[in-house]
Amino acid sequence: MKYIDEYRNGRLAKTIVEEIRRIQTQPWVIMEVCGGQTHSIVKHGLDRMLPEGIELVHGPGCPVCVTPLDMIDKAHAIAARPGVIFCSFGDMLRVPGSHGDLFTLKSQGADIRVVYSPLDCLKIATANSDKQVVFFAIGFETTAPANAMLVHRAKQEGVKNVSVLVSHSLVPPAITYILQSPQNRVQGFLGPGHVCAIMGYREYEPVSERYKVPVVITGFEPLDLLQGTLMVVRQLEAGKHLTENQYSRILDREGNVGARKLVNTVFEVADRRWRGIGWIPKSGYKLRWEYRDHDAEKIFEVKEIDTQEPAICISGQILKGIKKPHDCPAFGTICTPLTPLGATMVSAEGACAAYYAYGRHLDKQRAEAAMAHAPVT
Amino acid sequence: MCLAIPGKVLEEFNQRGMRMAKVQFGGIVREASLDYTPEAKVGDYVLVHVGFAISTVDAEEAARTYQLLEEMDQLTELEAPVVDEISARKPQ
Repeated sequence: MKYIDEYRNGRLAKTIVEEIRRIQTQPWVIMEVCGGQTHSIVKHGLDRMLPEGIELVHGPGCPVCVTPLDMIDKAHAIAARPGVIFCSFGDMLRVPGSHGDLFTLKSQGADIRVVYSPLDCLKIATANSDKQVVFFAIGFETTAPANAMLVHRAKQEGVKNVSVLVSHSLVPPAITYILQSPQNRVQGFLGPGHVCAIMGYREYEPVSERYKVPVVITGFEPLDLLQGTLMVVRQLEAGKHLTENQYSRILDREGNVGARKLVNTVFEVADRRWRGIGWIPKSGYKLRWEYRDHDAEKIFEVKEIDTQEPAICISGQILKGIKKPHDCPAFGTICTPLTPLGATMVSAEGACAAYYAYGRHLDKQRAEAAMAHAPVT
Repeated sequence: MCLAIPGKVLEEFNQRGMRMAKVQFGGIVREASLDYTPEAKVGDYVLVHVGFAISTVDAEEAARTYQLLEEMDQLTELEAPVVDEISARKPQ
């Protein structure tokens, strides 16, 4: 809570919280979908400002977290080959696969490069025509237009030595999957702002309607998140279930039409595996047949890799909003950002990593210490 | 990772047939594609995600969001190496 007091709109934040308290008549469980939102909520202590009974649970919207282990192992296998320049966003380099991370492989001599934009790969490929340049194309809908443009330009310009290892995830099938779970607790969603800056929010409307849940597309700033929460609670208390837009200063119902068009030209929807969760039908992208010459999985023929996650890790239940990081015995003890065991700890935007970064593992240790010293009655 | 960072369009240029811009983020200037924001022009503020402007924003929104991202230590992607014709030839 000390963080929010430092924010210049602390008074407005308190007004919104008071309004939520005024209208709330029963407990509600609300999921923020996006990892950037989780980070902001934990950093500013927003979940602890909210009235008791308004519980925020943290969704699966961190693309680094949900990139499946077998894709990281495939990236590792391709990057280790001679004649390959493997390019990636910086966040992926420290994510451990079954045989270590890409950063370690780079220190052992593999040509692995951090790029700012997928388009950098075109420059690298042109300057190294004797090498194969492979880009690790991960992300949600927000990143898809950038990755699609790389593939589209490579084909258009005839840059044959560029390919992409695609691990793209889509938000609406994931929240549908969460709602279909018999253990589901989520009653409303704060929808992902920047995903919808590309996609608009039409595709959330049938989800709201079918599962009778409010979805409020929300920004990332503390006031956005509190206002989004208020909009969800208002709907829940009124028995409504609509898709609404809190982030109208950035996006509208249609999103970025030009970006969506290129994404649909290059990618088609496919089943995809999510780290910590497993296969979700039609929840990702793969390259269309016309772009197969730029598909790293076809070019390098990496075999399916059998992977296993540690049994103790409960990241799957955390990503579905069933559990919280401090429900896990490994959280902050054997599982830390330096020694992550699963999806929600491998990236700073994962719920476990965010809780750890802002000291919430210490709350757990303090509570356990207090229990140990409590008088026996 | 889905965060988009607001910056000011300083100048436009053409690169391999693509409409590009130099965009200023605080003290850092990086290139970004304007292909998805055909309405953006020099002096405008754009939200940039991994080298692509995805939306235009007003100056006040841009300033507030930038400050918040800075406070949250969410600007690290801007520190990724610049790839030009010379650096593209060498391993990092």
